[in-house]
Amino acid sequence: MNDALATDNRLAVLDHSRLQAKSGKPGAERGRVSVRDVDIVFETATGSHVAVQNASLTVRPGEFICLLGPSGCGKSTLMNTIAGFVKPSQGEVKVDGKAVTEPGPDRGMVFQQHSLFPWKTVKENVAFGPLMSGVGSQEANSVARTFLSLVGLAAFENAYPNTLSGGMQQRVGIARALANYPSVLLMDEPFGALDAQTRIMMQENLLDIWREFRNTVVFVTHDIDEAVFLSDRIVVMSASPGQIIADIDVNLPRPREQSLLTSPEFMALKRQCLDLIRQETLNAFKQQNKTG
Amino acid sequence: MDSKSNAAIRTAEPPANATDIAETDEQTAKGSALLTPKTGSSTEAPSRLSGTWLKTMGPRYLVRITALIVAVILWELASQNGFNVYINFDNIPAPSIVGAALVTELTGSEFYLHILHSLERVAIAYVIAVVLGVLLGVAMGRSRWAEDIIMPYIELLRPIPAVAWIPLAILMLPTEQSSIIFITFLGALFPVILNTVHGVEQTSDVLVRAARSLGASRAAILWHVVLPGAMPSIVAGLAIGMGVAWFSLLAGEIISGQYGIGYYTWNSYTLIQYPQIIIGMLTIGGLGTLCTLLVRKGCNPLLKWQAKGGHS
Repeated sequence: MNDALATDNRLAVLDHSRLQAKSGKPGAERGRVSVRDVDIVFETATGSHVAVQNASLTVRPGEFICLLGPSGCGKSTLMNTIAGFVKPSQGEVKVDGKAVTEPGPDRGMVFQQHSLFPWKTVKENVAFGPLMSGVGSQEANSVARTFLSLVGLAAFENAYPNTLSGGMQQRVGIARALANYPSVLLMDEPFGALDAQTRIMMQENLLDIWREFRNTVVFVTHDIDEAVFLSDRIVVMSASPGQIIADIDVNLPRPREQSLLTSPEFMALKRQCLDLIRQETLNAFKQQNKTG
Repeated sequence: MDSKSNAAIRTAEPPANATDIAETDEQTAKGSALLTPKTGSSTEAPSRLSGTWLKTMGPRYLVRITALIVAVILWELASQNGFNVYINFDNIPAPSIVGAALVTELTGSEFYLHILHSLERVAIAYVIAVVLGVLLGVAMGRSRWAEDIIMPYIELLRPIPAVAWIPLAILMLPTEQSSIIFITFLGALFPVILNTVHGVEQTSDVLVRAARSLGASRAAILWHVVLPGAMPSIVAGLAIGMGVAWFSLLAGEIISGQYGIGYYTWNSYTLIQYPQIIIGMLTIGGLGTLCTLLVRKGCNPLLKWQAKGGHS
């Protein structure tokens, strides 16, 4: 698999004027996410299930946060309310001051896998967002090419998704989400299905792109290394009911590289998260045993 | 290992995500689904890799052709020797006699008129069935209301064989031609509807969500996500529908007093022209197969995304 990238050269193709125009004058706030007292309850056959309880969270413009937690803690569900796919039962979610009521192109989504349109070529997939925003197909194609270059897949523009490796598909997914110049990028375990080597490469690649883009990123993961390596801040969630139990600042210098993974600072943060998660996982097990 | 643990997360999470896993399973299941056509590898390959195709498929086609030839030889022997052990070949004309009769038919013009009339009826009936079937199928697949209203009719009417419609078709429709077309149309309609519903209902939830988050409207989702996703199943329905149209046509043409390959076959039976019966039967079989093949070939461009990924 050829997932190694020299992204820096390719960043030059990004339309900086568009990026500026979209984000307004320097210092303009774009991509502020605010989650206030959110409860999410699902009605199931066996009764109501509280997926998220009393969650409050503010993400500053341009901040990269990770939602970290054990299986089934509701972190994806919480992110889906920011995306507009799930309505909170209580509380409210705002992006840039506007209440979220439905999905929209200002919040780009990257899914875990199988989210590319298999009947569209790589280029058509990436051009889809711009096309939906009403620009002509020529313009949409040129935006698509720009973003495919950004993720290093310009050569594959006419390929169909299922001829690409998992890592390449996810890069197309990222390009597609970014092609709308969203103020917030929502990523739901985007690298969860990739092998370890590819995953690390993708993480570095993502940070390179984000450094240029500087939009807000909300990244859901259950992988502690991934959370520490990527984020400015880690929001740790507990399982059933999903609650936010910790908010950890990650003050590691950027740009970050793979060597960081073995540094003492990294280890200390990892230990901190590990203890929190371990405790939560144990609690979850206990509860499962009680109910089961 | 990783994908497993992720799957675990997703199962543990509430409904919104539960569909994600189902979707993955569906995609794998899709390939083997009863009504789904085979992937393009076998249909696309000839033009691209004719050398390899000849090597792998050549011997297989040789076997197929040989199988047919063997059957014809056995039939010839059975007819000429008056084979009569439970199955009686006494009155069955041998292939050589049928062949001679066919040559006579092919030199006249009457035979072609029969074929043309049948082709015309199938074409009209099929086009109406496809348009109506796909529209109804999409409506039913997208709306529970539409499905609840239309499905009972389909369940009730579908098992009724084409022949059973003859009296009503004659009573209700103004002309013989329209009665025949109606019966042919009914045959083609049900497979098209049911396959379209099946395809539309399989729409991947993740893809719909992806489209929505990219700013797609409902109409755009229908056009860019639902229809292309349902296309493999719809195409299978179109192919099956074409086959059924041909065998319903025969029932319909019993009505006809003039032309049509079904009428030709039926009339030959009445007139005790045995070779002509067999010519009629084989013509229906051949035309049905040919039309189905054309439908599949014609729809190939719509499925080329599948063909390319057939092996990954």
